[in-house]
Amino acid sequence: MLLIISIKNVSSIKNNNMTKEDILQQVNEVFIDVLDNEDIKLNNETTAEDIEEWDSLSHIQLVVAIEKHFKIRFKSSEIQSWKNVGEMIDCIETKIITA
Amino acid sequence: MEFNHLKKNLKKDYTGLKKIKVSLLSDTASQLLVQSIRGYGYEYSYDLDIFEADFNQIDRQIMDYSSELYEHEADITIIYESSHKLLSKFNKMPADQKKDFAENHIEHLDMLIKTLSAKLKTKIIYLNLAEINDTVYGNYANKLNNSFVFQQRKFNYLLMEKAAETPELFICDLSAIQSLYGKKQLFSPSIYINTEMVLSIDILPKVAHGILSIVAAMNGRMNKCIILDLDNTTWGGIIGDDGIENIQVGTLGIGKAFTELQYWVKSLQQRGIIIAVCSKNTESVAKEPFEKHPDMVLRLDDIAVFVANWENKADNIRQIQSILNIGFDSMVFLDDNPFERNIVRDNIPGICVPELPQDPAEYLQYLYSLNLFETIAVSNEDAERTKLYQTESKRVIQQQKFTNEDDFLKDLNMLSIVEPFNKFNTPRVAQLSQRSNQFNLRTVRYTDADIEALATDNDFYTFSFTLEDKFGDNGLICVIILKKENDTTLFIDTWFMSCRVLKRGMEHFVLNTIANFAKDNGFSIVKGEYIPTAKNEMVKDHYKNLGFEESGNFWTLNASDYINKKCFINKK
Repeated sequence: MLLIISIKNVSSIKNNNMTKEDILQQVNEVFIDVLDNEDIKLNNETTAEDIEEWDSLSHIQLVVAIEKHFKIRFKSSEIQSWKNVGEMIDCIETKIITA
Repeated sequence: MEFNHLKKNLKKDYTGLKKIKVSLLSDTASQLLVQSIRGYGYEYSYDLDIFEADFNQIDRQIMDYSSELYEHEADITIIYESSHKLLSKFNKMPADQKKDFAENHIEHLDMLIKTLSAKLKTKIIYLNLAEINDTVYGNYANKLNNSFVFQQRKFNYLLMEKAAETPELFICDLSAIQSLYGKKQLFSPSIYINTEMVLSIDILPKVAHGILSIVAAMNGRMNKCIILDLDNTTWGGIIGDDGIENIQVGTLGIGKAFTELQYWVKSLQQRGIIIAVCSKNTESVAKEPFEKHPDMVLRLDDIAVFVANWENKADNIRQIQSILNIGFDSMVFLDDNPFERNIVRDNIPGICVPELPQDPAEYLQYLYSLNLFETIAVSNEDAERTKLYQTESKRVIQQQKFTNEDDFLKDLNMLSIVEPFNKFNTPRVAQLSQRSNQFNLRTVRYTDADIEALATDNDFYTFSFTLEDKFGDNGLICVIILKKENDTTLFIDTWFMSCRVLKRGMEHFVLNTIANFAKDNGFSIVKGEYIPTAKNEMVKDHYKNLGFEESGNFWTLNASDYINKKCFINKK
């Protein structure tokens, strides 16, 4: 038990180096690449309404690209659950920490 | 090729690209598959106009003759039924019917194909099943005819049998794609649950490539020749330095990799792919292993053109091309040396130069994964092709001896058999129709089924021509389809010819045949048309050169006062 906790601590310390800001910036790059639009500037409140190319189809592409970029896997229930980019970032953050 | 790259292709400029109409019917969500196919089409210079049916509309679209499918009139219809959907159907079946699942489903598919073909002249590409192992019976499923595993495999097998007897049906081997890349890459459960898409983003480009290679073959784009480097490509080591006793080929060590590669090349040769050699070596030294090494699989007999010298490889490949008379874009060049590969790639537009892995052990698996030799027809003549090109090399040498062209042609003792399409020549006619790009006036492609239909249509007159001479038989090399336009006019619907018989006076012989046929059957005018493509520039002035008069977009010849043109070919 002790061993497991200590491993968890090590990994969370390692990954805590990445702030939400960092994650947002990297997600922004993924959006630019996948949606092929240099002008995309995400913030926590951004939703699919705000970006023309972000539809249900490209959403799947974004999800796959983000999974690859951060080497994480979303649960299928999470994929459609985020109301805005901020919630997506929160979700990514929990995965990176527990990874 | 990544999906994102294909998606970006969608924004490219498609003007001037060849338009092909495609319909896609699928029982799962297919939007991204459609994007991938259209995006991959761009790589082949095709502007694919794709009608995507609403999801799960396969039966309705086909059974209802007023559906959008029939309105779109696609040249090619792609049908994708997923193993996931079939599994849920299977699971709902009463237990006692499960053993008949594959047979019933193939019957259903057969009915759909017949319904579709009765109304629409379209080729069909069906994706076979990427197997799901539901492990309900474990490995025992292989012994049990009512397991899903058993029924899926049986269905894939029955599908091959169905395709073998149905000329318009072609299979895209999704099952082979899955065995190459694995279920984990093919299928992403969370995306399936959220979107009803069964193909993962990563596998879409591979599937699109599989489909496009068939589409390209249907449109006459296929590789016809493989050019081999020798040292460290065909055998291990350097023949000039190591000597015949030290090169690596056979069953020992890395020699095995080269032997297996040679067996693969030999199989290609036996199915009609031309093998040429292009090597930086002294010719006699390069030929020695082919003649004397006991473990060599390839022999000199298998090589149509053998070029070994110290010249630049791009020039040598141009020389090979001038003997074979096929497009550079139908050639594959294998060389272990990245420097040579780059020279060839930079100087010979269109040629395919695979980036062979550094380790020869990996050559073959890598080459398999590229699927370089797609085709949509094979014929008995394929196996003879090497001999044909070897005799062509002899003819080239003979011709150099004559200063007078006519004397050379007379000396060849050329004979031609002229006959209408029949069941013996149909496969070759259909194949030549798919393969001929350069000497092809209208580039209308005909399948076996079309040819059979034409042979019995009273408005069409069909002619096939063979050509033999003292060096050998070229087989069937030219096809003419004439259409009765009205009581006075015969239209040349199709005129294509194999480029290997150029400059023998075959054009004159064929025109004499056409004009005399017209005269004998009361037609006074023979009408021709040239439809330009990216590849048939060679025959742009074909009708003009033969004495036709230009009239609008067409060319006409008065048959009543036609005088036979000079030629040295006799009817056999």
